[in-house]
Amino acid sequence: MKDKGKIIAGVAIFAALVSFPFWYNTGTAKPAPELILAPEAKAAVTCILPKDQMAKEHMQLLDGWRNSVVREGQRVYVAEDGKKYDMSLSNTCLECHTNKADFCDKCHDYAAVNPYCWDCHVNPKEK
Amino acid sequence: MKESRRSFLKIAGVSALGVTAASNAHAIGEYFIPSEQAIKDQKVSTADRWGMVIDTRKLTHELNEKIAKSCHLNHNVPTLENKNHEIKWIWEEHYEHAFTQQPNEFQAEETAHAPILTLCNHCDNPPCVQACPTKATFQREDGIVLMDFHRCIGCRFCMAACPYGSRSFNFRDPRDAMEDGKPTNPEFPTRTKGVVEKCNFCAERLAVGKDPYCVEASEGALVFGDLSDENSEIRKVLKENYTIRRKASLGTGPSVFYIV
Ligand code: SF4
Ligand code: SF4
Repeated sequence: MKDKGKIIAGVAIFAALVSFPFWYNTGTAKPAPELILAPEAKAAVTCILPKDQMAKEHMQLLDGWRNSVVREGQRVYVAEDGKKYDMSLSNTCLECHTNKADFCDKCHDYAAVNPYCWDCHVNPKEK
Repeated sequence: MKESRRSFLKIAGVSALGVTAASNAHAIGEYFIPSEQAIKDQKVSTADRWGMVIDTRKLTHELNEKIAKSCHLNHNVPTLENKNHEIKWIWEEHYEHAFTQQPNEFQAEETAHAPILTLCNHCDNPPCVQACPTKATFQREDGIVLMDFHRCIGCRFCMAACPYGSRSFNFRDPRDAMEDGKPTNPEFPTRTKGVVEKCNFCAERLAVGKDPYCVEASEGALVFGDLSDENSEIRKVLKENYTIRRKASLGTGPSVFYIV
């Protein structure tokens, strides 16, 4: 056990390095971005699901839509209130949420997620 | 002791299997929309097996161009100069290339030079579907051989399997070839680099009761309908005319018929 000192120093340096990103970034966390609703979305008042549920589950919902549309050929979504929607990211979601940059991208950037929806799906309002 | 060890292992094995299955089911994470919440449009056109008859006597080079353009513009199919990168859903083909199993060195002039239109045959027994390892290519209940671009990994097994060359691969981002990177029909998605694509028999149009774009543009040269319905127009046309199919002897069961 002659190297006790060296080992402890090594472990300490290792622990410091590994935890570096954590303590370096403490206190610098940015607040979650405020979502801006486009006028079209405000005018529509309700989304297809309650707001909280949309925030949490829109990705699963879109995944469900895609299976339904592509696999089953069922393209119409019936919301709780009986209202019918075309299951389409470009033609339904973005009809109301016309501000993709402020609505979708802002949060995705914050969360560091990079959905590849837009590689194929078109943002109809894009200039 | 032996017995209980044995049964313990059995139970442990079965439970491990159960846990794995359950967690996998979760991992795949398919979020199924309850059936009462996902319905078809009231105007939907349905069939047991969609098919097409192409009356080649009515085709001209100009009409073929018009038909292909209507399909390609509406489906955001890019026009690429490099032949190796070309993407096509419906295109003109020489008779001897379209019907390689009818070789005839003394073919009637008119037939030999007839501008044939070719597209995916939406085969009844599609080899592309068998080849696809991800089920990105699949056959719908109405016979349409469709692609789920989300699932395509770009392996191109399907292209090797299709005996008709009906499939194209996106060697580059198709949007690069579009004006300002913008698709011609903003209501329809584009594809992305690394996926295969082909004709979809206008599944998105049938879903709202419309005929495919090519049929609409064809001035009567293309007849579309339900092959399984004896009283349909397409069956009437098939009854009254001699038709051939491309490489039918391979057993693929093409659903596109040609009056020559
Ligand atoms: S023509 Fe080719 S791509 Fe189309 S269904 Fe037949 S094998 Fe598949
Ligand atoms: S390229 Fe795509 S569609 Fe074709 S076999 Fe591979 S995964 Fe399936």
